[in-house]
Amino acid sequence: MNNSYMPFRSEILEVIKHADVEYTFRMSYDRGDTHPVKPGQFFEISIPKYGEAPISVSGITDHSLDFTIRRVGSLTEEIFENYVGGHFFMRGPYGNGFDVNIFKGKEIVLITGGSGLSPVHGVIDYFADHMDECKSLNIISGFKSPDDILFRDDLKRWIADGMNFIYTVDAAPEGYEGNVGLVTQYIPQLPLKDFDNAIAVVVGPPMMIKFSIQELLKIGFDEEKIWLSESRKMCCGLGKCGHCRIGELYVCQDGPVFKYTTVRSFID
Amino acid sequence: MGYAVSLEKFQTVFDSWRKKYDVYAPKVFEGTGRFSETDVVRYGKVTDLADIDWNDRSEYSFKDILLPLSQTLLYFTEHGMTESEGPTRGTIVFLRSCDLHAVKRLDYMFLENGPEDSYYKRVRDGLKFVLMGCDHDFDGCFCVSMGTNVSTDYDAAVNVRSGGFEIDCKDPELAQAFLDMGAAEADVTPDAVMENSLTVKVPENLTSAVAKSSIWDEYDKRCIKCGRCTVACPTCTCWSMQDLFYTENGQAGERRRVQASCMIDGYTEVAGGLCFRKKAGERMRFKVLHKVLDFKKRSGFQMCVGCGRCDAICPEYISFTHCVEKLEAGMKEVSGHE
Repeated sequence: MNNSYMPFRSEILEVIKHADVEYTFRMSYDRGDTHPVKPGQFFEISIPKYGEAPISVSGITDHSLDFTIRRVGSLTEEIFENYVGGHFFMRGPYGNGFDVNIFKGKEIVLITGGSGLSPVHGVIDYFADHMDECKSLNIISGFKSPDDILFRDDLKRWIADGMNFIYTVDAAPEGYEGNVGLVTQYIPQLPLKDFDNAIAVVVGPPMMIKFSIQELLKIGFDEEKIWLSESRKMCCGLGKCGHCRIGELYVCQDGPVFKYTTVRSFID
Repeated sequence: MGYAVSLEKFQTVFDSWRKKYDVYAPKVFEGTGRFSETDVVRYGKVTDLADIDWNDRSEYSFKDILLPLSQTLLYFTEHGMTESEGPTRGTIVFLRSCDLHAVKRLDYMFLENGPEDSYYKRVRDGLKFVLMGCDHDFDGCFCVSMGTNVSTDYDAAVNVRSGGFEIDCKDPELAQAFLDMGAAEADVTPDAVMENSLTVKVPENLTSAVAKSSIWDEYDKRCIKCGRCTVACPTCTCWSMQDLFYTENGQAGERRRVQASCMIDGYTEVAGGLCFRKKAGERMRFKVLHKVLDFKKRSGFQMCVGCGRCDAICPEYISFTHCVEKLEAGMKEVSGHE
């Protein structure tokens, strides 16, 4: 019986701590040949007894996958407490993910809020290694506070690689020297030359997605060239449990990456 | 092939079916209704033909046979998982035409929408359906409006007649018992309701724009978000994953799926507390538009089968059919805005 709910065991290879509540878990993955993984796809990660949660892939190598996990629920709480020397169970990959080909040769804009940086991490990695394959890469990443900033080492490397990377925090203690403010206020500063050859992706909480897209449209972005990645409650990843449905779409099957024009009229 | 048999002869056939199959049918459970001293009609295992209730519409549908309220998918220890065992016997389900049409909706969700669900399939493969002919409809039935009043894809169909039964048997295995007893052949057409006293019209111009109309607002006050409508509905299939372990310090347990409802708190809540539909009106809109719009957009056929159970079971006397009737006004309201 081909059981889609049977997870496989994956060893924790490394843990990278970004903040008190956000770690990246590097997990063994040897199924890449039969089950290749794309940025923006997700896995159902579980610890027996504590249940499953859908987590985006934030990094992909030949034999490992990164999952950047925020400590927000009962499962992630357990993951943070008891991961040492351990393993998780997982099943996937699920969802459509990002096809890097749609970005090639374009002026790329990525706008992320909090852990929304994870799903596009793989896209950034690709173009960091192949800067000649895009016209420009512009990223605006927002975090709650300086302590919540993710992928600090990657940020330094990416900025050194020559991409226009702005990261900002919603609020900061006095004396903080970085950018403070919402991602939306940096959108008008994007140095875009040709909106016909630009593409934008927005990933983050619903309100952040809504206002970022409004701002992109205001500066003249073509609505057909805006993409977003949705997140919803998902118990199966297989189009069965029903929780992630919006209208006739299932986020786990048809998304989580959508064209803005496809989902803008959809109401939860 | 059709047969006309006496009660005794049909009992003999029934007994021979039971050698290979478990049989589930609507049954009266005395004293366990929703109010004191009342009965409930719901599905249960039947061992005698006389246990089957031919006179009522069951308050709950057959769907638990395919999607149990709680179903173990995996047994686990800290180190590994084992698949739960499947059924060892086939099952015969007695059901009415609306419910047989509901099977098509369940099949769509579990076999076609995304990859095939193996837990559903292993039960489904062993099912045979016996259609219970409807010689009249029940209060609140609107199968004719939803096009589910006639069924042809049954394994057997039964009409109750004074002094016996008429059976149309398409499945050769089920038919064997009739052949063995030399049952009298007859031309049998399953009874079907061709007109309901209740008609429901889904507007042809219905679009998701109706979500913005004010018709949903009244449910914020009236609906108590109990989810009973979705439990009774034969086409509602939502579920949640749930882990449980056997003892306080034990390292063994099971992963289950349990029925869930879009009307109930927590359905859309993600870790961190964000909730996508808080108000009862929003949940009502999500459910109703799935039944008469969104499911069809995806699958090509309507989800609602018109069984009327949701209207009958609501403790707040909220009517799904009245709500569907309001959609036309809702569409007028939102098109006026454009």
